[in-house]
Amino acid sequence: MPATLPAAPPVAALEAVEIAYPRRGLALGPFTLELAGGEIIALVGPSGCGKSTALRLLAGLEAPSRGRVRRAAARGETSVVFQAPTLAPWLTAAANVALPLELAGMPAREAMALARQALQRVGLAGSEDARPAQLSGGMAMRVSLARALVTHPKVLLLDEPFAALDEITRRALADDVLTIWAEEHPAIVFVTHNVEEAAYMASRVIVMTPGPGRRAGETTVAAPAPRAPGFRASATFRATAEAVSLQLADAMAREAAPP
Amino acid sequence: MRGFSGLAPWVLVAVILGLWELACRALHVPPYLLPAPASVAAALVQTAPSLATAAMRTLAMALEALLLASVLACALALAVSLSRVLEQAVRPLAVGLQVTPVVAIAPLFVIWAGVDHPGRAIVALAAIVAFFPIFSGAVSGLASADPDLERLFDLYDASRGQKLLRLRLPSAVPFLLEGHKVAAGLAIIGAVVAEFVAGSGGAQGLAWRILEAGNRLQTAKMFAAIIVLALIAASLHFAFAVFERRVLAWWRGR
Repeated sequence: MPATLPAAPPVAALEAVEIAYPRRGLALGPFTLELAGGEIIALVGPSGCGKSTALRLLAGLEAPSRGRVRRAAARGETSVVFQAPTLAPWLTAAANVALPLELAGMPAREAMALARQALQRVGLAGSEDARPAQLSGGMAMRVSLARALVTHPKVLLLDEPFAALDEITRRALADDVLTIWAEEHPAIVFVTHNVEEAAYMASRVIVMTPGPGRRAGETTVAAPAPRAPGFRASATFRATAEAVSLQLADAMAREAAPP
Repeated sequence: MRGFSGLAPWVLVAVILGLWELACRALHVPPYLLPAPASVAAALVQTAPSLATAAMRTLAMALEALLLASVLACALALAVSLSRVLEQAVRPLAVGLQVTPVVAIAPLFVIWAGVDHPGRAIVALAAIVAFFPIFSGAVSGLASADPDLERLFDLYDASRGQKLLRLRLPSAVPFLLEGHKVAAGLAIIGAVVAEFVAGSGGAQGLAWRILEAGNRLQTAKMFAAIIVLALIAASLHFAFAVFERRVLAWWRGR
């Protein structure tokens, strides 16, 4: 299977968007990004480059100061996973996952049944009635992922979702996301500052400059997804990671010594 | 070590009482100035029935005030959380009410309630004192939801009502519990201070017992009433602390 579906129409796009805040000035842009249906894009950049802001623009949670945001996904077809699990502590895992469905007006019983299925898909069968406080960090993140998937989104936005997890859990979750992608082909944009994670998951890796973030470079990963076992040891993976690292180092060096 | 630290406060109380008793006897302190613990205990036993009645009156007035304050503070906090303009309008007034000493406004309420109903003035004043911690807890609680969780509700186009019922009210629970715990202690203080200022026996609370005994220089009886007052205030605080712990454990799921 190819890393991107051929000739899929764009599901979301940022056209020369800029975000300026009253006191801090320009935080992002001008930045352009076109997200085709079913592709996986990684946004890599130093902290404060506005990559999370770009994600919020794609989600429609923020409006650009300049430029245009186009979104083909209808209400409820975009899901976001934040850096922290962001679960309601007073609800069980299943009730947290059922929340997006219930907010859309689905009867509670039906929503809970779908939530239980979604939890099974992320490997959390048996933890449906646990509260967030009783779950490990990795399990809580999986609940958060199940909540994002329960609506079968066309666009899945991940904001440094694995940053707070240990390496083993982080790799397992990356594979889980790719498995889910292979089943439903949502378009995925995920923000990370981990170059190897970007090279492992994405079909396109976009490197951003320090804030205000602009595009510093782009690398296409020519390998099938989900990744074959041992992909991290392959020449393709090493070459991609190296290219992305160089772009990132270059972007940061240019920042340090402006022309 | 655990057993000892549980015992420590009782040992300290016993030591203080022992020294107090010894000092009173050795120095022949006049009983109207400082009665010995033994005579305080005797007064406590002797006046137990009337003190119990008065304590129940004070407790009842404090709880009425707490209920009144809770209903008003929660309703106002809810209104304020739905309108920024209202919040800006209400906050200075609420703060103004809070920083004004209850003793200063008590005479006004006694006049308004009328000499025949000092109980009403006491409940109203205690409610004013108990109002602020609940109000400010509720206002902060309603604004305390995780910003990312709020974004999630926005993402799924949640209505204002859904956000209030499913996000902001549940998020406010720990703040509401804390506010009510603090307010319960203040309601007792408010009820006692207000009864002092009302200066009449109409309400028949503990403050009146203290005033009465004081006017007659029955210092042992004053101590007895003060001990009962401290006991009911501590019990109320303890009850609310246990309630808070239980509900929080349920809220957090552990």
